[in-house]
Amino acid sequence: MSTYDKSMALTGQPPKALNMGQKLATLLGMSGLGILALTLFNIDFPNKGLWLTIALSAIFIGVFWYSQAAYASKLKGIKNDGVWFKSVSSRGLWGWMSGIALTGFYIVLYFYPQYLGLVKDGENIGVIALFDPLSKMLSGNPASQWFVYGTLYTVAILAFGIKFIWKYRHNRYEKIRTVSVMFFQTAFAFLIPEIMARLNGKIPYYDLKNMWPLNYYNFERYRINGFIDSGDIGMAMLIFGILSIFVISPILTFKYGKRWYCSWVCGCGGLAETAGDSFRHLSDKSKMAWKVERWVVHSVVVFVTLMTTAVIYSYLGNDTSKYWLTKSVFLGGVALVLTAVFVWVMLFKREQLQKDAKYGAIGYFVIIMALIGLHFFSGDGNIFLFKSETLRKTYGFLIGSIFSGVIGTGFYPIFGNRVWCRFGCPMAAILGFQQRLFSRFRITTNGGQCISCGNCSTYCEMGIDVRAYAQKGENIVRSSCVGCGICSAVCPRGVLKLENGPQKGRINPTEVLLGNEVDLMDLVNQK
Amino acid sequence: MEHIVIIGNGISGVTAARHIRKNSDKKIIIVSTETDYFFSRTALMYVYMGHMKFEHIQPYENWFWKKNRIHLVKGYVERVEHTSKNLVLKNGENIAYDKLIIATGSKPNKFGWPGQDLKGVQGLYSKQDLDALEVSAPNKDVCKRAVIVGGGLIGIELAEMLRTRDIPVTFLVRETSFWNGVLPKGESQMLNEHIAEHHIDLRLETNLVEILADENGHARAVTTDKGNTIECNMVGLTAGVSPNIDFLKDSGIELGRGVKVNRYLETNIPDIYAIGDCAEQHEAIGNRRPIEAVWYTGRMMGETVAQTICGNKIQYSPGHWFNSAKFLDIEYQTYGWVFSERGMKENEQHFHWRHSQEKICITIAFHKETGLFLGINTFGIRMRHEIFDRWLTEGRNVDYVMEHLADANFDPEFYSNYEQEITSKFNSDFGKSIASKKKSLKRIFAIG
Repeated sequence: MSTYDKSMALTGQPPKALNMGQKLATLLGMSGLGILALTLFNIDFPNKGLWLTIALSAIFIGVFWYSQAAYASKLKGIKNDGVWFKSVSSRGLWGWMSGIALTGFYIVLYFYPQYLGLVKDGENIGVIALFDPLSKMLSGNPASQWFVYGTLYTVAILAFGIKFIWKYRHNRYEKIRTVSVMFFQTAFAFLIPEIMARLNGKIPYYDLKNMWPLNYYNFERYRINGFIDSGDIGMAMLIFGILSIFVISPILTFKYGKRWYCSWVCGCGGLAETAGDSFRHLSDKSKMAWKVERWVVHSVVVFVTLMTTAVIYSYLGNDTSKYWLTKSVFLGGVALVLTAVFVWVMLFKREQLQKDAKYGAIGYFVIIMALIGLHFFSGDGNIFLFKSETLRKTYGFLIGSIFSGVIGTGFYPIFGNRVWCRFGCPMAAILGFQQRLFSRFRITTNGGQCISCGNCSTYCEMGIDVRAYAQKGENIVRSSCVGCGICSAVCPRGVLKLENGPQKGRINPTEVLLGNEVDLMDLVNQK
Repeated sequence: MEHIVIIGNGISGVTAARHIRKNSDKKIIIVSTETDYFFSRTALMYVYMGHMKFEHIQPYENWFWKKNRIHLVKGYVERVEHTSKNLVLKNGENIAYDKLIIATGSKPNKFGWPGQDLKGVQGLYSKQDLDALEVSAPNKDVCKRAVIVGGGLIGIELAEMLRTRDIPVTFLVRETSFWNGVLPKGESQMLNEHIAEHHIDLRLETNLVEILADENGHARAVTTDKGNTIECNMVGLTAGVSPNIDFLKDSGIELGRGVKVNRYLETNIPDIYAIGDCAEQHEAIGNRRPIEAVWYTGRMMGETVAQTICGNKIQYSPGHWFNSAKFLDIEYQTYGWVFSERGMKENEQHFHWRHSQEKICITIAFHKETGLFLGINTFGIRMRHEIFDRWLTEGRNVDYVMEHLADANFDPEFYSNYEQEITSKFNSDFGKSIASKKKSLKRIFAIG
């Protein structure tokens, strides 16, 4: 048995021990968080702008300094020493404590913003008030709990992004990718919507890169009205929102795989790859987990499709003379698109589907069509058996808040950093569906070079058993792969390469690996 | 139903079992005394370093064996009785077989050094060695210094492991430069520098004389042939491995250094086969050694013997040589044959390029007269196995390889490319004017 000391002390032996720089940096970062915590108790800071700056700077510099102390004096290369010894990154006491703290934060954020100091019809107090000066500077409005969250989120991606770049400074793919998520978070998710709000108050808050169905409320009535009411720019944004999911994303996913979004652009992915990087190895790699993943994530896609259809349906009219898009035209259109996708897959990609995937696809297709049919023939106002409002609220609560926030991020230190992306994100599921069936992207396995060590599988945040493919000499073509590139980075033998290439030969199951006798390889692999 | 028994649950034995299962319905038993389940031996180091837990280096989930009807027996085979086709285990149990595959791997070499069996002296090969290391070198307080004897792949891995716990390491190497019996001098020199960068006390041309004991029979120091005494709490013996076949001594199976086998991996006794590290070819295959203690060759022999056992009798005739390793932070790959100055063939010529700042270099071997490409070593650049395998099969010459080097690159996207630099060094070394071609997906994936 291992005799290695697994106590939770921050001291202890290398590689677990923190050096002096790391300890001081942790103290500085924590003091920044401490200032924010103090405001929760309604300690009124006199000069809010100054104290906010101090708090955020302390957090940012703390992380920056920590990374410098951890990596700067070491040679370039993989930095996973002691990952499974450290309490915070191996589900030890620190891991559980941070998990509980994060979860608590998300519950307050989503359901009890008053405890953060949100005051309806009045001046904010508490931590939200501390953020008022920054919010007023950007959009002109007082802060909300979402502004506080967005700011902290951005600071986290930037600070931990720098840490990630330092850690992987030998790897240009990782560096460029991280700069990309840092940019998209800061510009698209944080600054542009605030500035647009200042320029044109009617435009709904719109993070342009956040497309439906991840942005599940994008086509709700108040937003559509907002887009239409704010003139050409609003219409342009609405059209962009529709093109994003139906045109832009399929093209990019075909060319580069879903990584272009999930690990280069997306905000959820951005946080997972930066602040969540220390927890990537905690994802469950078992076959059972994969099975659960397939059922859960595709059910979310069905749910979001039904919900959105119901919501849009609810505010459309019946009169064709007023506007061409009526209730029935819309519903017919949805049925048509779904049928087209279903038929295409069943005709051309059938042999690539697992048995349960076929059952699932057929089952869900029948259910959706039955619901649509039922509705057509009954003429009932409650499309899909429930009121659209009930569907919308349930989705927002279960998926939008609990799954993506509380579980998805709060449980980073327990289940790994991509729980939401893997089990819950409908956007990832749609992109993944395409990546698996219709894309040039794959992770190429380098002939017979795999030694089955397991670094790739262990550090796959999506819980893909990469080694299971690599040790058979088979390329990895999986819907869930977000293309973070870490399997390739941690491989000690240069076996894995993310690349875009011809679709032919992309999936290449082999029995006998390259390096053995040619006749034997031909014999066994042709069978 | 035919009953196949495999001794050893390493990569060779397990590969054989998997392939036999795929091709037949035979009854399969794997006997091992080391661990309950197959694990990746080459990954043991990552458990000590904290990159992975032991469960992570097991390539198959625990249900895999039952599902595939591969029966696992934990036990130590003491005797093989081939006349009655029977194995006797240490605990007295007997296992009958119809066909037997010996895949017992290696054990670390010990060359009769005084003190080699003291406490705190060990090799690094088995799970038990890893456990022993956690006892004698759990941290830098218990282990104030470690001495490693033998400059090969396992030695440098052990050094890397100990350094992650900040344990000072002295590395005794017999050769004049690290691993220069295998690597050409430019590469070996670069590794010497990299070892120093990691604060490992590398002592070249130094041999172990004796390991000294303290009053508890634990190693406390070593003496060297340079007259030094080095205080230490742990001694790693990593001067190579040899076949783990002591239990076969009087079995009637023909032994050399390993279990003697023919090209069909058959021993002198019918229905007994040997594969992997413990097998010794009567005659070496090509440039290969008669005993190949390498992960990949173990796997290939497993793939091959499974065919023979399932009725498709086939020779073990491996394709082009390849191998890989990682020296601290530097990845190494090799395709074809590149020999060190010591082992170089008469007509072999080398081209060497090294990056001016980074620890990156390559060596290409080719035929002096014909220019035929013989092999490549790369450090810090990943290469595509399929491409070099193809070029070796096609018998390309070195000029063609230089021209198309970009096709063979397997580094992650956006990495800096060095083909231009490499080619221009080649041109100036050999008075040629080759222009390196851009990478072509068409050529790489052999389409159109």
